[in-house]
Order: sequence, then C-alpha cells, then structure tokens
Amino acid sequence: MKTTDSFGRPVIAVTGMGVVTSLGQGRAENWDALINGRSGIHPITRFPIDHLATTISGMVDFLSSSTRGASVHTHELADLVAAEAIEQSGLPASDFGGPLFLAAPPVELDWHHRLALYAKAREHNGNTSLIEAAREAHATELFEESQFGTIADRLAERYGTRGLPITLSTACASGATAIQLGTEAIRRGECDRALAIGADGSATAEALIRFSLLSALTTQNDDPEKASRPFSKDRSGFVLAEGAGALVLESLESALARGAEILGIMSGCGEKADDFHRTRSKPDGSPAIGAVRAALADAGMSTEDIEYINAHGTSTQENDKMEHMSLSTVFGERMKTLPISSNKSMIGHTLSAAGAVEAVFSLMTMREGVIPPTINYDTPDPAIELDVVPNVKREAQVSTVLSNSFGFGGQNTCLVMAREPV
Amino acid sequence: MSPRDVVITGMGIVSSLGEGADAHWQALTAGTPAPVLDKERFAPYTIHPLPEIDWGQQIPRRGDQRQMETWQRLGTYAAGLALDDADMKGDEALCASMDMVVAAGGGERDETVDEGILAASLERSDHDLLLNEKLTTELRPTLFLAQLSNLAAGNISIVHKVTGSSRTFMGEEGAGVSAIETAAARIRSGQSSHVLVGASFQTEHSDMLLAYELGGFLHRGDWAPVWQRANGEGGGVVTGSGAAFLVLESREHAEKRGRKAYAAIGPVVSRRSRRKAEPLAAGVSEMIDRLELPDAPLMALSGASGAHEATAAELEAFGSRENMALRGFSSLTGHMKEAQFPFAVALAALAVHHGQAYPAFDDQREAAFDGSLDAVLATAVGYHCYEGMGLITKA
Repeated sequence: MKTTDSFGRPVIAVTGMGVVTSLGQGRAENWDALINGRSGIHPITRFPIDHLATTISGMVDFLSSSTRGASVHTHELADLVAAEAIEQSGLPASDFGGPLFLAAPPVELDWHHRLALYAKAREHNGNTSLIEAAREAHATELFEESQFGTIADRLAERYGTRGLPITLSTACASGATAIQLGTEAIRRGECDRALAIGADGSATAEALIRFSLLSALTTQNDDPEKASRPFSKDRSGFVLAEGAGALVLESLESALARGAEILGIMSGCGEKADDFHRTRSKPDGSPAIGAVRAALADAGMSTEDIEYINAHGTSTQENDKMEHMSLSTVFGERMKTLPISSNKSMIGHTLSAAGAVEAVFSLMTMREGVIPPTINYDTPDPAIELDVVPNVKREAQVSTVLSNSFGFGGQNTCLVMAREPV
Repeated sequence: MSPRDVVITGMGIVSSLGEGADAHWQALTAGTPAPVLDKERFAPYTIHPLPEIDWGQQIPRRGDQRQMETWQRLGTYAAGLALDDADMKGDEALCASMDMVVAAGGGERDETVDEGILAASLERSDHDLLLNEKLTTELRPTLFLAQLSNLAAGNISIVHKVTGSSRTFMGEEGAGVSAIETAAARIRSGQSSHVLVGASFQTEHSDMLLAYELGGFLHRGDWAPVWQRANGEGGGVVTGSGAAFLVLESREHAEKRGRKAYAAIGPVVSRRSRRKAEPLAAGVSEMIDRLELPDAPLMALSGASGAHEATAAELEAFGSRENMALRGFSSLTGHMKEAQFPFAVALAALAVHHGQAYPAFDDQREAAFDGSLDAVLATAVGYHCYEGMGLITKA
C-alpha cells in the first residue's frame, strides 16, 4: 500500500476514536442514537433557569464532573474520549508516544469558587479583597482550574503524550484545528502519531447568558428535542451543548507497521480567516469558500470527489444561509443533490469540541455506510435547496466526507476525510 | 543556509519601557537600565504599567478600538507595529496569504459587574439566582467577544487583514513557546511562507492578578531583580503589561521582497517537565543540551518570572555552565505571561541585529558579557509549568 499522498507527504490514518455527547458516552451509544434520529437536547437542570431566555441545552449531565465547574468537567470529557480513542488504537494506555493537541474553551475561576473565596475574605472591598482571600486560601485546585495549560498537562501525564502539549482555541472551529495541527505535525515528520482532542464542558449559566446576549441561541424551549433545526425555515438559533471527540492520528506507514486497524484517512485540512466582523461572516462567503477549497486542494481532490458533507449547520439563520451559499459556490449545481446533514440537529453545538466530535461521526458515517439525518426538518427553507438527509438516516456507501467548522472571530476550518487511502 | 531558514523581518514590542524595537534597545542598553513601576494602584503588588499609547496609530477606527478590551487592543496594536516594521502593512496580497499564530490567555471581565455580584453575595444565599439576575441584566453583550481568547487574532484579522490562517494557542508561557516553535516549524517545512506570531498581556486588571495569586505567585514589597526575590515576601513574580509580535518569513520569501532580517530563528525546543516528580533544573539542562550549543560564551535572554522554584531551577541550570551569561529581562518589563517567549526572542534578535550585548540588568547576579553576538539564546521557563528555549542567530 502506498503510504505517501500525491504531494509526497505521509498519508495520515485514523486508528482510534472517542466521543461523548449529550446522547451518551462512547461511540456505540452515540452512533445508535444518531442514526435513529434521537435528540440529546433537554431542559437545563444544572442551575436555576430564572431570568434566562433559553432554558434548554445539550449539556452532558451524566458524569460525576457535570456539576463541578467548566474546567473539571472539560477535563473529564477530554479524559473519557482520550481513553476510548487510545484503547481502540491498540497503543499503550499510558505511553502514547506522540504529541497532544487539545481544543478547549478558555477557562476562568468558577463563580461558585469566586463567591466562596469572597465569603472567607477578611475584608469585603471587592476584587482587592478577593485577591487577598485567594492568597491566603492556598487553594492549589482553584489555581490550577484557572490556568489554561492544566487540562492538557494532566492528560499528558496520564496518557504519556510527548513534549509540551498544545491547548488551543479557534472558537467553534477548535476541534477541527486540533486535528489539523496533529495532521501537520505528522506530515512534517516530527512524530508518527498525534492525539487530537476537542472537549467542551463549559455550559455554565454565565456562558449561556453570554451567548444569549449575542442573540445566538434559540429560545424555543417548549419542545427541547425540536429546538435545533438546521437548514429549516423556522430555525432560530443554536442550542448550547457540551461534548468531546478524540482522534488518534497516525502515519499510515506506522499504523500498517504495527498492524493497526485503519479506521479512515485524514486526507486534507484547509482554513481561511475572515476579516469582516467579530461574529458575522463576509457577505460574499469568500472565507468559508476559501476554507473549503483549501481543504480540497490539501487533500488533492476536486469537488467531484466529495460524496457527503458533514455540515457546520448550527441552526442559526446566518450560519446555515452562509454555509449553503458558500457550498453552492464551490460545488455548483451538484450541491442540490449532494447529501449534507447536521449532527447538531441532535447534539446541539458543542463549541470547542464540535470539529472533533463531528470528525468522529464523519468517519463512522463512512465505516457504517449510514448517513445520520438532519432531524426536525419539517419546514424546508426555500432559499436553501439542499439534500439534508431529512429526519431519517440513509444507507449509503460513502467514501469521502467534507466536514465544516466555522467560528466567531472569523475562524473557518474544513477537513476532508476518506474511507480508504487513495 | 537554506531558502527555508526562518528569519525575523518585523517586530512589534510594547512594554512599560516604551513601544517599538528602537525604544526598547535604547532603554535596555542605557548605562543602568531602570524599571518603570507602579507601586500604588494594585498595592501590595507592584506592576510594570503600559506606556501611553496612541491606539489610533495602529487601530484607526474608533469602533474597532471600542470592540476590544485592553489586552486585545494591545495585541492588535503590537501586531500592527510588526507588520509596519516588516513593510507588510496594507499589502493586501501578503496579508491575505499570511498565517497567524497567537498565544493568548483570557480577556478582562467587567470589574464593576463582578464587584456588584460579590457584594450582593454576602447578603443572600441563593447565589445561582443572583448570578442569573445580575448577569442577564448587567453584562455588556459585546464584552464576551472582548474576552474570548481567539478574538485577539480575530481582531488582528479585522484590523490588519491578516487572513491566511488564524490559530490561537492558550496556556501561559507554554503557549508562547509553542506559537514560535510551530510557526518556525511550518516555515521550515514549507507549510508557510510568512507568519505573524506573538502575544499580548495586560496585567492592569484584578482578574489577571487573581489568577497568579490563587497560586500565591506574586511578589510583594519592594521591587528587586528577578534573581533576587527568593527571600522576599510573596511568590516572586512581578507582572507587567506588554506585547511582542514578530513577522517570520522563509529566507527565500524575505529575499524576494528585498527585506533585511533582524536575525534568524535557529533550533527551538520545548518541554513539559514533570515538576512534582523530577528536579526542574535537570529538565532545563536537558533542553540546553538538546540545542547542542557551542562552548563559546553565549548570552541568554531569560524570560525567568521570579517565581521561586522555576527561577531557582533556571539559575541552577545556567549557573553550572560558565560560558552562559543570563539577562533576566523581566526584572525590567515584568512578567508578561503568554508574551514571555516571543518577547525573549525579540530581544535576543535585537542583540544579534546590533551585534552588541545588553548590560547586566542585575549587576549582582548577571555577569558582564564580551563574547560573540552571532547567536543569542532565548528562554521561557514557565512560572508554573512548561518550558522552552530557542537559539536566535545571525540572518
């Protein structure tokens, strides 16, 4: 088997995958729910919903860390998917032997801890007293919770990844960027394998309120499972969610040499930044178009080679319209019949994790020969003419997938994956 | 020499010492370099404050300025300085194909809103409800964007039109090390032709001090150079506001544009020492060994923070090598967290460029240096975790 691509670079295989979303823990549970069109969106119970415009989410509420703050929760999510992915890869559980790229949300000291510290302060003169209380508390756990490098440090220790782990954020494209960084490191010949994780357990009340204030979230609270409606005419915002996805990326040569099962190929990655606005995309869609084209070019593929698109599909008016326009520009008339579906219709928007979670689902789509549906597609948007695999899964042999991730701050990252090495 | 050598063709640096490469060179090579301090505002903590900045010089639209908190504004400003310095500013084609790696922490919270919540929390026990009440009504909607880590890069894209790619690494000094290391590796392998890389840190905000002091890392009492804080009150770190952005290019790319470089980036190494389990000094030593440095006298621009354990370990690792002369620049600038390593690289490049050594920033602990300036080391040993260093050489 040829182990270099058409550019002479190492072919990148995927040899391990892990995933957690509101649908459940692990590949099997998630896949079963996904192809049966089950939604993980549910009413918020983690904190009171008084005064909140949005009272539903796709939080992961079934872990012991779920109520212990964003940092601890994100850590457990990342840890679970890392363990599942490494186990599937057959690599040693505590001696991974390659670098770690972790996409994670920015961290802050949790409000509960902030208030508890303040209650113990000797004086109560606002932030000055809070800092003094912090100094006197000697609370190592709280310090580590507020450090951006902590989660990756702990994962590196536990799984024996090599070198200084990279924690990154490209907003809602973060998970895809982690995969891209791993792919590039292997291509540069720095390593034979890399662990790429996207994890986000940051659905606190403040996070929800922040997105709400930007009018990004749907307020269709009455029927949570129906709230995320990508590409529908009556879509009204995204559903805040949590989750994690992990991939073990490995040079095909190294994977074959150790007899690992090849789960799929990471064929290409592309990105393009947008300079238009902090939350809105350039009206002509050129950055998203550029990112898709860059990913295709990096994979050495043409539009004709793509058989399915795993959409960013957030269910906001703006994203879905822009994504449709950009894809139509790249794929032309063919876009009307090329299957495209949004996992977010069932799991909501897992933010920093989304790119990684959806890469796992894209690879499973190819392996299982089943395309997960876009659920809640009851009222098509006449301006968006797409085959969104409406409401019901579809059996299909898919050999290549394009997965899109777009985020605040002009972040656009696309991945092209294939079932087999070309 | 290779067409894919990594050269530094632009730098934008800001600290309490001033703004721009020249201002820093003048301040740091003055007879007795002196720190700029503010001992009052955050007492008992001393900080190195931002100099006065005319933001409009690099961020012409006031609307853009308003959309950013100081840390983002500072990064965008320094990025503009670097692009100007590299003669790339406003060059649409060069900026649109330019890659970007930014090291960032978090942004500034709204101190007034937070203090209102702190005060109210003492009067009632239903804190979750209190948070909902206050945050839904008092948070400024766009503040979120002014806080998000990746929006420093986002604003650089908007203001300076750098749009080839945009990646933000998070995590204290380590993020700055990885940003430089990754940018250089991309150029060397042909994945990038030119990259904007850097970080900014604004310490003049209670949350920034809080993050250090949760771990008891801040120095209290009188200012002292980084190497002389071991017996001082507190944890040894004096923070400073500042930024360092660099334009890196492949040699070939720079030569085609007819640009002279300050210096080249040689090997860069990084490390996650297991500090609880193994002596850090040995870890720092291992990195020095990995660089395979010559035995000749070598100046090292050290990003040492003053944090007791990490600083002592760095001093120990370098102390055992008689050819090394340390220059702990944070004595004069303060600790700039994510910006530490980019700043160390910038100062090292300036010394190589001028072919002149910095005087001792601490004449009790730093040896005089009269060796060659063909290569200068830059280090960043994280105050809490992660380490990196790189050799800056003649272009």
